[in-house]
Amino acid sequence: MPSLPDMATPEAERLAQEAAQPADPHITDVALKPALFDWLCRMGDGALILGHRTSEWCGHGPALEEDIALANTALDLIGHAALWLELAAEVEAQGRTADDLAYLRDAMRFRNPQIVELPNGDIGRTLMREFLYDAWHYEMLLKLRDSSSPRVAEIAAKAGKEVAYQLDRASDLVIRLGDGTEESHARMQAALDHLWPYTGELFTDDAVDEAVAEAGIAPRASELQGPWDATLREVMGEATLTVPDRRADVHLGGKQGRHTEHLGYILAEMQFLQRAYPGAEW
Amino acid sequence: MYAQMVKSEAADGEQTPEDRAFQARIDRGEKIEPKDWMPEGYRKTLIRQIGQHAHSEIVGQLPEGNWITRAPTLERKQILLAKVQDEAGHGLYLYSAAETLGVSRDELFEKLHSGAMKYSSIFNYPTLTWADMGAIGWLVDGAAIMNQVPLQRTSYGPYSRAMIRICKEESFHQRQGYSIMMKMAGGTPEQKEMAQDALNRFWYPSLMMFGPSDKDSVHSAQSMAWKIKINTNDELRQKFVDETVPQAEYLGLTVPDPDLAWNAGRGHYDFTEPDWTEFFDVLKGNGPCNEERLGARVKAWEDGAWFREGLSAHAEKAAARRLAAE
Repeated sequence: MPSLPDMATPEAERLAQEAAQPADPHITDVALKPALFDWLCRMGDGALILGHRTSEWCGHGPALEEDIALANTALDLIGHAALWLELAAEVEAQGRTADDLAYLRDAMRFRNPQIVELPNGDIGRTLMREFLYDAWHYEMLLKLRDSSSPRVAEIAAKAGKEVAYQLDRASDLVIRLGDGTEESHARMQAALDHLWPYTGELFTDDAVDEAVAEAGIAPRASELQGPWDATLREVMGEATLTVPDRRADVHLGGKQGRHTEHLGYILAEMQFLQRAYPGAEW
Repeated sequence: MYAQMVKSEAADGEQTPEDRAFQARIDRGEKIEPKDWMPEGYRKTLIRQIGQHAHSEIVGQLPEGNWITRAPTLERKQILLAKVQDEAGHGLYLYSAAETLGVSRDELFEKLHSGAMKYSSIFNYPTLTWADMGAIGWLVDGAAIMNQVPLQRTSYGPYSRAMIRICKEESFHQRQGYSIMMKMAGGTPEQKEMAQDALNRFWYPSLMMFGPSDKDSVHSAQSMAWKIKINTNDELRQKFVDETVPQAEYLGLTVPDPDLAWNAGRGHYDFTEPDWTEFFDVLKGNGPCNEERLGARVKAWEDGAWFREGLSAHAEKAAARRLAAE
C-alpha cells in the first residue's frame, strides 16, 4: 500500500504537537519567565517529592488494598510532576528536560514546600500529610482551571480529577482512623500536631506568587487558605481530632529553596544513577 | 510459576464414586467452581499452590520495590511503580481465589509469617543494580509466564480466571524488563557490565523457578491428573531456555553456561542444570535475603495492626450509629 500523503509531510510531528497545544503567550513571556519557571517548579517539585515519599510505601503497606492505593497515589503525583516540570523546562528554554530538572538540580534549586519532604513516619502521619497537602492541592488545581495560561489550565484539569479522588480517599481514612480506636485516634492527633507547623508555608505569599497572580496564571497562595480551612475543620471535626492551637507558619522556606535536612537525602537516593553515570541513557 | 515444590495430597485409598465422577469432569475439561464438590486433597493442594503463588507476588514486590526510589528517570520510575503495584494486585486476585476454597487472607498471611508456607525462592536474591530491574522483568517474569500461561487452563475456575488476568499483565512486565536490558546492553560500558552481571546472577535462580527435575518431583502425578499442574518442571525449563537464549544473543550478552549448545537432534538447547544444593539451601532459609524479605512482610503486617484495628473499630461505631438512627 502506498503511503498516505500526510505521512510524507516534513515536520509532521512538530506540526501535530503545535496543533495539540493551545497557543499560550505566557510560555514565551521573557519578563515573566523567572517567576513562572519558579512557580512551575513549585507545582512539579511538590508533586515529585510527595510522590517519592509515597512510593516508599510500595510493598510495605498495612493492608494489600492500601499498598495498591498508595502506589496509585504515588504514580499520579509523579505523573503530575512530569507534566509541570516539562512545562517548566519549556518556559526556561535552556534545552533542559523534565528529567534534567528532577535529577540534576541540587536541593537549593528545589521549590517544594517543606511539608512534603518530611519522612513518612507511620501510616497515620503519611495519610495525614496526604490529606493536608491534597486539600491544598485540590483547591489550587480547581482555581488553576481558570488560569489565563491554557497550558497550565490543561494540566490542572487533568491532575484535578486525580487529586479530587486522592482528597476523598485521604479524608475518609483520616476520619476513620481519627474516630477509630484509642490508639488510632492518638496516632492521628500526633500526626496532625507534628505536621501542623509546616502547613502555613502553603499559604504564605512571596514575589513569585505575586507575579503569577498578577498575570492571572494562578491564585495567590493566601487565597487558598479560606477554602482549605473549611475542608480541614470539617474533616477534623468528623475525625474527632483537634486542630492545634499554635502558629502554622513556623517552618517556611521550601518554596524559595531553603529546605529541611531531609531533602538532601531524598535527592541523594533519587538522583544516584543520573549523578553516578552522567550522560547515560536509561 | 511462583509456586515451587507444592506438595500434592495423594488420593488416599480406594477411589469413591464421587472421586471418579470428579476426575471425569476434569478429564472432560470442565471447570470446577467453588461450590462444587471436590476431594479434600484437591482443595488442600490448591490452597497450598495458590497461597504460595499469592505470597510470591507480595514478597516479590520487595526486590523491585528496592529500586523505586532510585529509578533513573521519571518514566522508568512510573513504569516500575506501576509494575510493583501490579504484583500487589496479583496477590489480591490470588488471595481472593484462595478464599473461595475456604481459607482467609489473614490465615494465609499467618502461615507465611510463621514460615509454614513458602514463597518462590527467587525473591531471596538481592537486587544490586538498576540492570536487575531489567533482568527480573525479562527472566523472572519470563519464567513465571512460562508456567502461568498453561495454568490459564487449570481445572479450578477462580484460579484459571485469575491466571488469565495475571498473564496479560505479566507479558507487559516482561517487555518492560527487556526494554531496560536493551538500553543497558546497548549503553555505556558500565551499563553493559551491569546488564551482564545481572544475567549472570539471575540465570540459574530463574531456572530454579520451575522446581526440581521431574525425576525428583514426587508429587507431580496427582497434580497433573487434577490439572492443577499442566506441564512437567523439565518441559517448562527447557521451553524457557529455548526461548531465552536467542533473546540474550540479541542483547549481545552471554548466558553464564559454558556448556550451553544447540542440539539439532533434539531440537532444543542443551544446558547445565542449576545447582540444586543451592536451591534447597535457599528454600531452607539460607538465601542472601530470606530474613530481610520475610522480616519486611512481618514488619509491614505488625506495624499496620493499629491501622486495621482502627478501621474495624470505626466500621463498628458507624454501624452502631446507623442502627441507633433507625
